[in-house]
Amino acid sequence: MGQIEWAMWANEQALASGLILITGGIVATAGRFVQWYFGAYSIAAGVFICLLEYPRGKRRKGSTMERCGQKYMTAVVKLFGPLTRNYYIRAVLHLLLSVPAGFLLATILGTVCLVIASAIYLLAAIRGEQWTPIEQKPKERPQVGGTIKQPPTNPPPRPPAEVRKKPSEGEEAGAAAGGPQINPIPVTDEVV
Amino acid sequence: MGNWLVNHWLLVLILVVWLGLNVFLFIYTFLTYEMSDKYYYTREILGFCSHTLRKPLDHNLTFHKLVAYMICIFTAIHIIAHLFNFEHYSRSQQAMDGSLASVLSTLSHPEKAGNSWLNPIQSPNTTVMYVAFTSIAGLTGVLITTVLILMVTSAMEFIRRNYFELFWYTHHLFIIYIICLGLHGLGGIVRAQTEESMSENHPHNCSESYQKWGTHESKCKHPHFEGHPPASWKWILAPIALYIFERILRFYRSKQKVVITKVVMHPSKVLELQMRKRGFSMEVGQYIFVNCPSISLLEWHPFTLTSAPEEDFFSIHVRAAGDWTENFIRAFEQQHSPMPRIEVDGPFGTVSEDVFQYEVAVLVGAGIGVTPFASILKSIWYKFQRADHKLKTQKIYFYWICRETGAFAWFNHLLNSLEQEMEELGKVGFLNYRLFLTGWDSNIAGHAAFNFDKATDILTGLKQKTFFGRPMWDNEFSAVATAHPKSVVGVFLCGPQTLAKSLRKCCHRYSSLDPRKVQFYFNKENF
Repeated sequence: MGQIEWAMWANEQALASGLILITGGIVATAGRFVQWYFGAYSIAAGVFICLLEYPRGKRRKGSTMERCGQKYMTAVVKLFGPLTRNYYIRAVLHLLLSVPAGFLLATILGTVCLVIASAIYLLAAIRGEQWTPIEQKPKERPQVGGTIKQPPTNPPPRPPAEVRKKPSEGEEAGAAAGGPQINPIPVTDEVV
Repeated sequence: MGNWLVNHWLLVLILVVWLGLNVFLFIYTFLTYEMSDKYYYTREILGFCSHTLRKPLDHNLTFHKLVAYMICIFTAIHIIAHLFNFEHYSRSQQAMDGSLASVLSTLSHPEKAGNSWLNPIQSPNTTVMYVAFTSIAGLTGVLITTVLILMVTSAMEFIRRNYFELFWYTHHLFIIYIICLGLHGLGGIVRAQTEESMSENHPHNCSESYQKWGTHESKCKHPHFEGHPPASWKWILAPIALYIFERILRFYRSKQKVVITKVVMHPSKVLELQMRKRGFSMEVGQYIFVNCPSISLLEWHPFTLTSAPEEDFFSIHVRAAGDWTENFIRAFEQQHSPMPRIEVDGPFGTVSEDVFQYEVAVLVGAGIGVTPFASILKSIWYKFQRADHKLKTQKIYFYWICRETGAFAWFNHLLNSLEQEMEELGKVGFLNYRLFLTGWDSNIAGHAAFNFDKATDILTGLKQKTFFGRPMWDNEFSAVATAHPKSVVGVFLCGPQTLAKSLRKCCHRYSSLDPRKVQFYFNKENF
């Protein structure tokens, strides 16, 4: 289990807890249970936790699968800098958030799950893990013709003079190089 | 029981329909394989029943996930329903309005016959929370739901693929789940009126006159209730028995000696192990579970067999893809003597067995996903050597998509031999393979362009040139469809989900509407 990144599991667990808090909260509020205001709190806390935990952090090794559409929340979560990067803070935050939901039976499941998530985050923090945002790689558009600065100033190199002067090679050299053009078929200039 | 049924009829109906559907599907598929004409030749080769039973069971992963989702949904419904129940019990206990509900709630106090209460909340001061955590049902309920959530979060695809051990060990919490599920109904909180009490106080006659129960004025006595016994064990007994049986079988099989006959280290950190075990027999494309006690006592990992059934050993190719596999490869690299002990369970069947049933087969393997096809190609080689005329396949198109050249090396030898074999037998057209290198750079491409005129490929030494980039499936499929206008083509993939999607789409697109013309059938390996 050496390579495990606990924060990844803590993230899944916290996200699940958020959803459970929301569900329990809706049940308690809609049913107007005794002390239903804890249910209302639970919904708010659940939504907050879901938003915070939705953007997945980057794995230390290998590629990370982003959650669908997470880049918007990544931008927001990134703004808080060390508050969201540090997992000790997240562990404490989740622990505190879970307490009020523990007063109501409908939401106590959310509390239990969130406490577990908090414990796993604590473990992750002790092992030195951090939340790193997944950045979009800037698209490298290949510059078409970027290396072409200006047209060449010199004519193409010609073979040395001796080669050019030889009769057998002279024709080829003459035709290939920039020497006087020897046409295989006689050409008449039509311009009068 | 009657009352429970009346209260939960919808749940029961849905469960019955779902179970019935599953049973029906199983029997239907089973009978199709046993009886239908199109499987006549399949049965010729495979034999009746022994293999047909395996195929539906091999879709176990999909079924398992389906069951898990259903459990989660029903757990949610169950919890919400009971939350409302408890709330109503609590309210009626606290209600002072002398209504029927409050009278029913105070029932146990005057009665000396102990357990005839209806409302589990016995006094107005008892909170719902207290009852939840002091009753067996409540306690086990919270425990197993927590366990279920832990199991589900650690089984998310992301966690499962990247941190397998976490998933494996957490998933074994199911033992707690099953035990507590069996105990969950023990407290008998859901109460029904006893038969005896129904004769003294039938709700139809007596419910209106509840203020006068037990007095001289009315014939109605106070009703008595009893809890009905736990029923969840009926659902879980059969699966538990099957599971225990399977673990015992695995334990028995693991005690059989496995002899390692050859260890080969291939480039790109791929380890080949050739082994022998008494009584072991396999088919193409099957897989085994391997356990190495010196690395981890409890972990069993699946590996596809890369040897052909015709060989006198069985082999696996292991690539470093996580903690266990890396330790495994390192253990063999270090060449300690004696070699680490290996335990093997299997083989288990997969879809590759069907390859020989199609006239034309399109095999696609991505990276290490080529392993089941290694087995198939080897088997074809042996069948040709023995001039096996029962081979139905006329043509095979093999696509291997890989990121780096190093991974080609161990498979090269096989393809080389096959090339020569085909030439000798004069059947050059039988095996048509294309290798695709997706992780190329301009350096490699430059080399390839430079050596364009050479007869063999510079990367692999094979006659067939390596292609760069990903295959254009539309072109490939239309070429196959044009070349075989009247055949049934089986498409087999061992690779990532995205590739499965594009192949499935192509299969639909290029299958002709006329059932006599070319038809593409898509089969996917599932690991």
